[in-house]
Amino acid sequence: MSEKYFELSNLSVGYNKKTLIHDICLDIKKGEIVTLIGPNGAGKSTILKSITRQLEIIGGQVFFENEEIRTISYKDLSTRMAVVLTERLKTELLTCHDIVATGRYPYTGRLGILSHEDEEKVDNALRTVNALDLGNRDFNAISDGQKQRILLARAICQEPEIIILDEPTSFLDIRYKLELLSILGRMAKENNITIIMTLHEIDLAQKISDKIVCVSGDRVIRYGTPQEIFKEETIKELYDIDNGFFDPMFGSIELMKPSGHEPEVLVISSGGSGIPVFRELQKKNIAFAAGPLYENDMDYQLARLLACQVVTEEPFEPIGDDAFEQATALVENVKEVIDCGVHVGTQNARMKEILDLAESLGKLKII
Amino acid sequence: MSQHETDKNTAVLTFRQENFRRRSRYITVFAFLAIAFCVIIVVNINSGNVHIPIPRILEILFKGTGDSKEVDIIWRIRLPRILMAAMLGGALSLSGFLLQTFFENPIAGPFVLGISSGAKMVVAFTMIFLMAKGITMSSYSLILAAFIGSLISIGFILLVAKRVHNMAALLVAGIMVGYICSAVTDFVVTFASDSDIVNLHGWSLGSFSGMSWGNVQITAIVVGVTLFLTMFFSKPIGAYQLGEAYAQSMGVNIKWFRVALILLSSIFSATVTAFAGPISFVGIAVPFLIKGALGTSKPLVVIPATFIGGGVFCMFCDLIARLAFAPLELNISTVTSIFGAPVVIYMMINRRRGMK
Repeated sequence: MSEKYFELSNLSVGYNKKTLIHDICLDIKKGEIVTLIGPNGAGKSTILKSITRQLEIIGGQVFFENEEIRTISYKDLSTRMAVVLTERLKTELLTCHDIVATGRYPYTGRLGILSHEDEEKVDNALRTVNALDLGNRDFNAISDGQKQRILLARAICQEPEIIILDEPTSFLDIRYKLELLSILGRMAKENNITIIMTLHEIDLAQKISDKIVCVSGDRVIRYGTPQEIFKEETIKELYDIDNGFFDPMFGSIELMKPSGHEPEVLVISSGGSGIPVFRELQKKNIAFAAGPLYENDMDYQLARLLACQVVTEEPFEPIGDDAFEQATALVENVKEVIDCGVHVGTQNARMKEILDLAESLGKLKII
Repeated sequence: MSQHETDKNTAVLTFRQENFRRRSRYITVFAFLAIAFCVIIVVNINSGNVHIPIPRILEILFKGTGDSKEVDIIWRIRLPRILMAAMLGGALSLSGFLLQTFFENPIAGPFVLGISSGAKMVVAFTMIFLMAKGITMSSYSLILAAFIGSLISIGFILLVAKRVHNMAALLVAGIMVGYICSAVTDFVVTFASDSDIVNLHGWSLGSFSGMSWGNVQITAIVVGVTLFLTMFFSKPIGAYQLGEAYAQSMGVNIKWFRVALILLSSIFSATVTAFAGPISFVGIAVPFLIKGALGTSKPLVVIPATFIGGGVFCMFCDLIARLAFAPLELNISTVTSIFGAPVVIYMMINRRRGMK
């Protein structure tokens, strides 16, 4: 049998003996960042609560370095696994130092008196999360973003091998989100700490994780690397999206394309110059066509999702007759042709003809 | 917040520096408590219907010589009474502190949650039942009866807490339990024979009077052992202050810990009720004041300070109960309420403000 690090084997989880998700099989390697994604209420937190032993496991097993997790004592487990939870702390007269210092709990003596070494470890943990200046502030008096960092410092101070975080980025603004995730990334890479977490922001999940777990309905529908998981169809299915798009290439989220099947506007663009125009038309709910666009142009990626018709051409080829005819037909049918400063070079020289036609029809608008 | 305090809060301190600063604050608070403790003992012994000057007190206490009437007053009446007030006050305050930890609510306490009344009820039942058979209750059986009563009340509160997660509703349930138990007690007392009533009536309102050295001895053992155990629980209590889930992730066995908290707080409040009857507000006011004075809620310092502070508070209240309308004596609860209730009201107002 191969040496496995953290393994969920046919795990069933749920509340009050009622199974919510069954037959979860995951194999997590040391130092990996594993992110659970899925719709609200799918049971991502339930899985985390079960592998941290807050919830009774209903069926199957969890192995931590080949030891069944329920046979490990709470005390032993606490030196190897730390958590950052979603529930808000109600503290009274405790400074951030005090909160972080509770991470030393498994290592202190019977009365919990901290040694100088422990005190230094508390400061170090605060330094890791860039919160040294918060140390002697009252925990209740700091912002949500700061609290989240303090709780992460607390987990770091516990010197675990695995940190489990339940939605660590909720309530955080974009700056703190980035900061928190980059700290996690650094800890995984530099200190070989395994990170298991849930995230709502699938775009961030894609960028930080080594492995993605898709939880939906009563099971884990997919488990794999972000490259394997982040396909348009997978995400669409996972979240049951029928009102927009997820673009896996940039991890961006797009709203629905304008209703209507007949384009009112033709947008001619290249190299990203069309993107703001596409979005503007989308917001005004004006159906539009785009092109001719090369399939490797970034405008193409968005036009594909938002335009009702896209005229395309193979990259690095001159504009062929097929594309040219489609484009001229569009110019004749639409009310307006928008030129977003398309770059005309030797390969797409025929673009000039299309623009001239639009001009002669009095439909050309240059922006 | 004064300018000085703001500066102190914004300056970056290492944890070690912060701890060093805090230790000096702790030392100051403990020193103050120790002084207050000694002063209040001396004043308490010294004053009363018979005034005994301090030099004579010292002579009687340490040399064992002096006027036999004064020796009697000090050794047989005032000293045991004051020692009981000190120990039971501490026990009551700690009982409150443990319950506040358990329910994660600073307004929880043995009196508010009806635990004292439950203890009172069972004690009254057993007392009357045994007296009818001509048996006087021993101190231990008194404590045991009170302990059982405490557990019955707590059991009920826990049942409610399982269904209702609203803290206000829980407190209302506690107060109702208190009223029901008191009503039952009153009912039983009304039908008890005359000689019992006199005894029972004074006790059921709360008083430190009539304490014997036997009481002191038993209380010292029970409270001493429980205090010792509570000190050793200061570490998991500290973890529990972050909530159950975090405590467990730090290695605390939550099930056992919760049982231990309930047992320890019940023993404390049962001992108090067994000897002095129900005493109100001490369990809430003292831990609050102590935490404020220490500037922390860390159990390792809060537990001993609360014990001493509770002792000081109850000795002070007992002094007033004895002297305010001498020779008439007030119920101890009357005095503790006057001083304790405003503190609790202040807490609630402050908490609201803190929430906003």
